[in-house]
Amino acid sequence: MKTTISALLLGTALTLASAGLASAQDKTVKIGALSDQSGLYADLAGPGSTLAAQMAIEDSKLKDKGWKIDIISGDHQNKPDIGTTIARQWFDVDKVDVIVDVPNSGVALAVNNVVKEKNGVYINSGAATSDLTNAQCSPNTVHWTYDTYMLAHATGQALVKAGGDTWFFLTADYAFGAALERDTTAVVKENGGKVLGGVKHPLNTADFSSFLLQAQASKAKIIGLANAGGDTTNSIKQAAEFGIGKGGQKLAGLLLFLTDVKAIGLDTAQGLNFTETFYWDLNDQTRAFSKRFSERMKNNAPPTMVQAGVYAGLMHYFKALDALGGNPHDGAKIVAKMKEIPADDPLFGKGEVQANGRVTHNAYLFEVKKPSESKSPWDLYKLVGTVPGDQAFTPLAQSSCALLKK
Amino acid sequence: MQALYAQLLVGLINGSFYALLSLGLAVIFGMLNIINFAHGALYMMGAFVAYFLLNLAGLNYWWALIVAPVVVGIFGMILERTMLQWLTGLDHLYGLLLTFGIALIVQGVFQNYFGSSGLPYAIPDQLKGGVNLGFMFLPIYRGWVVVFSLVVCLATWYLIEKTQLGAYLRAATENPTLVRAFGINVPRMITLTYGLGVGLAALAGVLSAPINQVRPLMGADLIIVVFAVVVIGGMGSIMGSIITGFALGVIEGLTKYFYPEASNTVVFVLMVLVLLVKPTGLTGRAA
Repeated sequence: MKTTISALLLGTALTLASAGLASAQDKTVKIGALSDQSGLYADLAGPGSTLAAQMAIEDSKLKDKGWKIDIISGDHQNKPDIGTTIARQWFDVDKVDVIVDVPNSGVALAVNNVVKEKNGVYINSGAATSDLTNAQCSPNTVHWTYDTYMLAHATGQALVKAGGDTWFFLTADYAFGAALERDTTAVVKENGGKVLGGVKHPLNTADFSSFLLQAQASKAKIIGLANAGGDTTNSIKQAAEFGIGKGGQKLAGLLLFLTDVKAIGLDTAQGLNFTETFYWDLNDQTRAFSKRFSERMKNNAPPTMVQAGVYAGLMHYFKALDALGGNPHDGAKIVAKMKEIPADDPLFGKGEVQANGRVTHNAYLFEVKKPSESKSPWDLYKLVGTVPGDQAFTPLAQSSCALLKK
Repeated sequence: MQALYAQLLVGLINGSFYALLSLGLAVIFGMLNIINFAHGALYMMGAFVAYFLLNLAGLNYWWALIVAPVVVGIFGMILERTMLQWLTGLDHLYGLLLTFGIALIVQGVFQNYFGSSGLPYAIPDQLKGGVNLGFMFLPIYRGWVVVFSLVVCLATWYLIEKTQLGAYLRAATENPTLVRAFGINVPRMITLTYGLGVGLAALAGVLSAPINQVRPLMGADLIIVVFAVVVIGGMGSIMGSIITGFALGVIEGLTKYFYPEASNTVVFVLMVLVLLVKPTGLTGRAA
């Protein structure tokens, strides 16, 4: 009898010990790359973002340290309901630890709630809305790459200071466009400029001539494009057709990606000013990464800033996991660790993961090159200015994030 | 007031695309009784063929206007011969589902190879620039689109309503057996008609390539509106779809001016109203 009891006790103790050991040394991670895989944002995020995540796994060298890292990808089709359904399934069934990418502000905000509820980790690189780290901030969310505040401030300020003090907006009629117009209007007014008017167009508009005529009639010096993707490329292309540049008015693409500029073509896009936080041809490190990336990419395209952000965000996540010594499967705890470690990666440089989840890094003002200046198919931008990370994003004092009020 | 003239003209330009596309749909529905959901994908193919001609074969826009409709038209005729012809006499739903599936496949293939953001296609040098009309700056290319599509629409209408060939076609739709008895090869005529409708879509695609991006989904965005145009005009009515196409372009243009938020719904609101009052469409006859 005695031996039986002691054997039982020993057995229980061993089981407990091994269980404890397992949780401390659990080195498995599952990544979910949630994106628009086939719609209007597929080129700037999509499959390229999954590739960037794959490269982050390889470059982290965590596999050499005994980690087992898996990745799955999903297509949210730009629909919030589909995005949240996939996210839930990933957490509940597939045991995903971290969701990355997620372009489209509408989907991004919806997924934000799911990740918080499931205590996962959310590294958003694709969405623009600054609400992710303000009103709707979460202890599980880190927002890399860019947001509407940054876009409005960097581009808006530069243009007003260069004399563009009257504005007219072409705004995509949904959450993202409204946020971008709101943030830019504030910047224009702050710097002594005036907004003469604006027009809200439906998402995915093919013909902008009507709106462009209204912009032309407003006589504003700057026509601000608070839209994205195909809407932006179409408005820029058609503005050229209606002679808007020649009439002395200037277009400001508030959100332009490398793939958009490529799609418009240098002939039409030349001279456009806009802001991004990453460009493949910035320095030796970005060039080295982009070369490896484009070799594995369909069409040999270099990474966009969204795809670069997926890579950088995951690299930082892996640093935090490495520092924790194992995966605690506790999203808030990992994100807290990510906030402790200073951000420093080859693509975005030094920065900080702020308490509200916003990552700060440099932002760059670019101008699209003239066709004669471009030496290779993807040689599209000229750097005209740099905004340091601590000035580019919402100052913490102005952030409405509840996590900051302690 | 000046702004209003400008919006009217801009509406007319958009109307030309609606007219060209809905005309093709009307021809196909009128003659073949097929609801051709692949129309948008074929329109997109027209734009892509123009892009390939320019970048691979060095053939400019003017060549594309001729070659693209022929190439895509032949593709359409192959579709008709190999698939659509087996659906003759079946419910409309089968044709709709088949062509919808074809559209999805074609768009998927193009998207796989060319991405979603599109390819640039420049306005031909001869049509660059614009003229100041006093109330607006009219790009020459847009003016060209209106004139050219109007000519094509009227020519198609003439071909079908006023010529011998058109008479055979219309007769073949009414009573294929009888027309066959006169020694006319009805299946071949139907194939050619489908080719014609598809060619019109491809032509619209070439016309729109310099204005919009050449994108795999360019047709998918447009086709729903065009279907509404056809329904309003009356399914299968040639003149009806031409007039409705231009008229709806103008109405949409005015909406963009007075209440832009509603500009992509106004066509459907009109469709509902027309269907409530006159279910056969404005110019349609009861079946």
